[in-house]
Amino acid sequence: MSVTGLIRMGDNTLVLGQRVSEWCGHAPALEEDIALANTALDLIGQTQLWLRLAAEREGEGRTADTLAYHRDAWDFRNLLLVEQPNRDFGVTMMRQFLFDSWHLEALTKLVEHDDTEISAIAQKSVKEVTYHRERSGDMIIALGDGTEESHARMQSALDRLWPYVGEMFSTDTDDLIDMAALRPAFDAHVGAVLAEATLTRPESDFAHLGGKTGARHTEHLGHMLATMQVLPRSYPDATW
Amino acid sequence: MVTTRPSVQDVWTWLADVPDPEIPVISLVDLGIIRDVQWQGDTLEVTVTPTYSGCPATSIINIEIEAALRANGIENLSLKRQIAPPWTTDWMSDAGKAKLEGYGIAPPQPAGGPDRCPHCQSTHVKKISQFGSTPCKAQWRCTDCLEPFDYFKCI
Repeated sequence: MSVTGLIRMGDNTLVLGQRVSEWCGHAPALEEDIALANTALDLIGQTQLWLRLAAEREGEGRTADTLAYHRDAWDFRNLLLVEQPNRDFGVTMMRQFLFDSWHLEALTKLVEHDDTEISAIAQKSVKEVTYHRERSGDMIIALGDGTEESHARMQSALDRLWPYVGEMFSTDTDDLIDMAALRPAFDAHVGAVLAEATLTRPESDFAHLGGKTGARHTEHLGHMLATMQVLPRSYPDATW
Repeated sequence: MVTTRPSVQDVWTWLADVPDPEIPVISLVDLGIIRDVQWQGDTLEVTVTPTYSGCPATSIINIEIEAALRANGIENLSLKRQIAPPWTTDWMSDAGKAKLEGYGIAPPQPAGGPDRCPHCQSTHVKKISQFGSTPCKAQWRCTDCLEPFDYFKCI
């Protein structure tokens, strides 16, 4: 069992949870604001479970909080997809849908993991993420098959984010499961939703890599961490 | 001096009086999040499971459990957190479901949506949003009395 594999799971939910929470108070409608905040809350809750277990297994005295607040961008092991900026609501929902579609497949597999603590986190998370994927999928269909303007924005969001899809299925021995094996189920679900949303899957499957290995994050991660970490970094002994 | 340990049944009765901080009409026992109560020597061990992993009420719930048990004379207390098997609305008591409806929150239904409006009992209801005022609820609306209402999601 690799600590890096646990950190990858926790960093994905942490970085996306922080990104989604940036919408709080700014979403286009009250219901959407509440839904985004609740999604962020679930993701941060899952982060606490993954990073706590990672810190315990590492056994070097770190905690979920020190992992979240006292590491720099090059130590993060999240996918490049989740660190991409929110931009407009369409990009935010497309990022969510692509992530949810991978996340649900990964968690469903992790439920069967031999390690009972990993399985327990997956069992808890899979219920929440089932709701996330249902909601983001509905939103992709409503906006993709909506007005001319919303359709154009969703297609452009898909074109922008598709190069970050491949990394979710790149895999190595640090991963808790074989991520490459999740691709057919992901393609089937995403394909069905995109068809209903009248959106066209980009032709090229070119993939940017380097997030989950830490080799090459995008410039956006550092800016996000600066905001997220400023308080515990400035006041390392602060408690709440 | 000889002190007698309160029985596990007494502890359950006390916990049944502790309201959920977000939905005070139901108790923590009604909600089904108290998974076990047992004595380990002189220490009372209470096992609690969170509803949603990020639910902000979780820490308040622990504080309230501790306060209620301390008020009943429990000195050595250990709160154990358990996430598997994950909490399900199946663990909510029937009394709890009835109290929710009386309070204006439609109780969880296996069908995945409320069967009727908790205000006027009309079956003409429509989903507004998958998420509501807390992680455990969704927003629905009655198309007869036109009132919006919370639906306790079935998970």
